Amino acid sequence: MRKIMYREAIVEALDEEMCRDESVFLLGEDIAQFGGSFKATLGLYKKHGPERVRNTPISEEAIVGAALGSALMGLRPVADLHFIDFLTVAMNQVVNQVAKVRYMFGGKAKTALVIRTHGGGGGSSAAQHSQSLEAWFVHVPGLKVVMPSSPKDAKGLLKSAIRDNDPVIFIEHRALYTTIGPVPEEEYLIPLGKAEVKREGGDVTIVATSSMVEKSLQAAEELTKEGINCEVVDPRTLFPLDKETILTSIRKTGRLLITHEAVQRCGWGAEVAAIAGSEAFDYLDAPFERVCGKEAPVPYSPKLERLHIPQKGDVIEGVLRMFRTTSDIEKFPQRVSAPPSPDSLPEKGTTAPLSGSSLAATSTN
Amino acid sequence: MRRLTRENALWIYETMLRIRRFEERSIEVYQSGDLPGFIHPYIGEEAVAAGVCVHLTEKDQITSTHRGHGHMVAKGLRFDGMFAELYARTSGYCKGKGGSLHIADQELGALGASGIVGGGIPIATGAALGIKLKNMEEVAVSFFGDGATNTGAFHEGLNLASVWKLPVVFVCENNQYAQSTPQIDHQNIKDVAERAKAYSMPGVAVDGMEPVAVYEVAGEAIAQARKGGGPTLIEAKTMRFHGHYLGDPGTDYGHNKEVVKWKKRDPILSFGRFLTKQKWLSSAKKRDILDRINTELEAAIEFARKSPEPEPHDLIKDVYERL
Repeated sequence: MRKIMYREAIVEALDEEMCRDESVFLLGEDIAQFGGSFKATLGLYKKHGPERVRNTPISEEAIVGAALGSALMGLRPVADLHFIDFLTVAMNQVVNQVAKVRYMFGGKAKTALVIRTHGGGGGSSAAQHSQSLEAWFVHVPGLKVVMPSSPKDAKGLLKSAIRDNDPVIFIEHRALYTTIGPVPEEEYLIPLGKAEVKREGGDVTIVATSSMVEKSLQAAEELTKEGINCEVVDPRTLFPLDKETILTSIRKTGRLLITHEAVQRCGWGAEVAAIAGSEAFDYLDAPFERVCGKEAPVPYSPKLERLHIPQKGDVIEGVLRMFRTTSDIEKFPQRVSAPPSPDSLPEKGTTAPLSGSSLAATSTN
Repeated sequence: MRRLTRENALWIYETMLRIRRFEERSIEVYQSGDLPGFIHPYIGEEAVAAGVCVHLTEKDQITSTHRGHGHMVAKGLRFDGMFAELYARTSGYCKGKGGSLHIADQELGALGASGIVGGGIPIATGAALGIKLKNMEEVAVSFFGDGATNTGAFHEGLNLASVWKLPVVFVCENNQYAQSTPQIDHQNIKDVAERAKAYSMPGVAVDGMEPVAVYEVAGEAIAQARKGGGPTLIEAKTMRFHGHYLGDPGTDYGHNKEVVKWKKRDPILSFGRFLTKQKWLSSAKKRDILDRINTELEAAIEFARKSPEPEPHDLIKDVYERL
C-alpha cells in the first residue's frame, strides 16, 4: 500500500469530498494560497478556487458563526481553526450555538459542519500553542469529537465527519502532520464511533489517543521483553465512544491504562476510567493507570516540555506499576527488571512503588 | 426609495398590533404563574420588527435576540406554536426545549433567538454567506441591541460581511439600555450607525418609533443587499416600555422615568392615527383587526394549555441528528 503523510491524507479527504459534494467548502485563516499553517489545505485553493476555499480575517467567533449560519442554509462548511488554543476564542459559538442549535430548535436545524483544529505540543511552542483541550468538547452534548492518530485514520474519519449531519470537532495533532503511513488508493470511509485495536495482547489494555498511539505501540514492543503483552486500543472517536471495544479488551486483559497528551486532571481519560470502573469492575485486576500531561501550562524549555508530555517511557512505567503484586511477580518470572526483596514485597492485591527498576523514568509528580 | 403602499401600511399596522397583543397576553399569563423562566417584552419596539420584516419573504433569514418575540411574530410564526413553546409543550416551535429565548422556525427563515448578546450576528453573516454561495436572491437580517454593538461578535460579524460583501442587513435596536446600563455608560458614541464607517458599509440612524421611517430605510438596505450591493448597518432608536425582563421595574437605573416620554410616541397609536388620516383604516376596521387578533390569541393559549408536556425520554432526543 502506498504511504503518504498525515497532512497529505487530510488534503486528499478534503479534495475528494469537495469534488463529490459542491456544498462542501472551506473557511479559515491562511488556508488559501498559503495552504494552511501546517499545509493541510495545500493545493485546494488552486483547484477549487476562492469561493470554496476562503481565507478569513482573524475572527474566530465569526469563522465558527459563519460556519453555523451557512450550515443552517444547507451547506457543509469545514472551518479551520488551526491551534485548538484559538478555538477557545470561539467558545461561545461552539458551545452555546453550534452544539445547541439543533436541540434548542426542537430538532429541526441543519448543522452539518466540521471544525478542524489541532492540538498538542513537542515543538517548544509554549503554553498558548500546545494545548490538548478535547475534553472540553467531549463534555458538551451536541458535539462529536474525533482524534485521528494516523494518516489512514485521518483521511477516512475526515470524509465521514464531512458527511455527518452533526457538528464534528476534528482534532489533528501538530506532531503527526508529517508522519507517514499506509493509505489505500481506492476510496474508503472510516465510520465515526468505531474504535480500532491497533495491537492485540492479553495482559493489559492501553487506551491511547492521537500522538500517544504510536508511543504506546513502541512501549508495547519494549514491554514484550518483560513478558507483558499489551493490547493498544485507539478509540479514534472520543464521542460517540465505542465503549464495547474498550470493555471487551478490559474483560480480556483485566488491566487498563489510559494515556493522552492532555493534562491528567479532568482529562478525557477520567471518563474512560469511570466507564471501566462502573461497567467492567469485576474484570479489573488492578487499579487503572493514567499517563497524561502534567498539571502545568506547557513550558517553552524543551527539557521541561519533554517532562510535561507523556513519553514512551512513561507508558512503560505506567504499565509496570500495574504488575507489582506478588502474584504478578509469580506470573511474570522472566521480567528483566530487578525484583524487589521479599521483605519489601507488598501484600497480594495491593500495589507499592517498585524500587530498583531499571526502567524507572524521571517523570514522577 | 420605495413609497409606502396601503397594503404594506396595513400589514405593518396589523403586525405591530399582533406583536403588542401577543406580548401583553404573554405578560398576563406569565404573571398568573403559567410560564416558567423569564420573558423579555418587546413592547414599544414594534415599529422596528414590522418596518423591517415587511420587506422579507419566508425564504429570507433573520437572527434575533432574547427580546425576540416581536421578530418572530413579524416573520410569520404562529401564535399557537409560540405560546405552546412558552408553555413548554411538545407542540411548541422548539418542542418545549427552547422556550422564550430560543424560539425558531427554520422553515420560516427564523434562525432563532439567542440568549448570548451578539451571538446571532456572526450566524446571520453565515446565513448570508450560504445565500451567496447558493446564488440565492434572499437576504439575511440580524437584529440586536445597543449592548451587542460592544461585543467582539459584532465587530467580527460586520467586518466579515463587509470584506466578503455579503447580503446581510444589520439592524441595531438601540433602546438606550444594555440591561441596566444606559448607553452613555457603555459606549462613547451616540449614534451606533457611526460604527458602520469602520466596516466601509452605509450606516443609517432612524427614528425607531416611526414605522414609515423604518420602512423606508430598511427597504433601501434590503434592496441593496438583495442585488449584491453588500451589507448596511441600520440603527433604529427606540425604547422598550417594560424593564429588561418582566419583573424588572427599571427603578434602579432610571428607566421608569425615561420611558414616560417615549410612551407618548407609542408607534401603534401614532401609526393608527396616521392611517386614519390617510383614510386607509377606519375605526371600525381597527376594531375588527383587534378582535381577530384577540380571538386568535385566546385560541392559541387554549391550544397551548391543552397540549402535552414532554415525556422524560424527550430529554435526550434531538441532541444529535444521528449517533
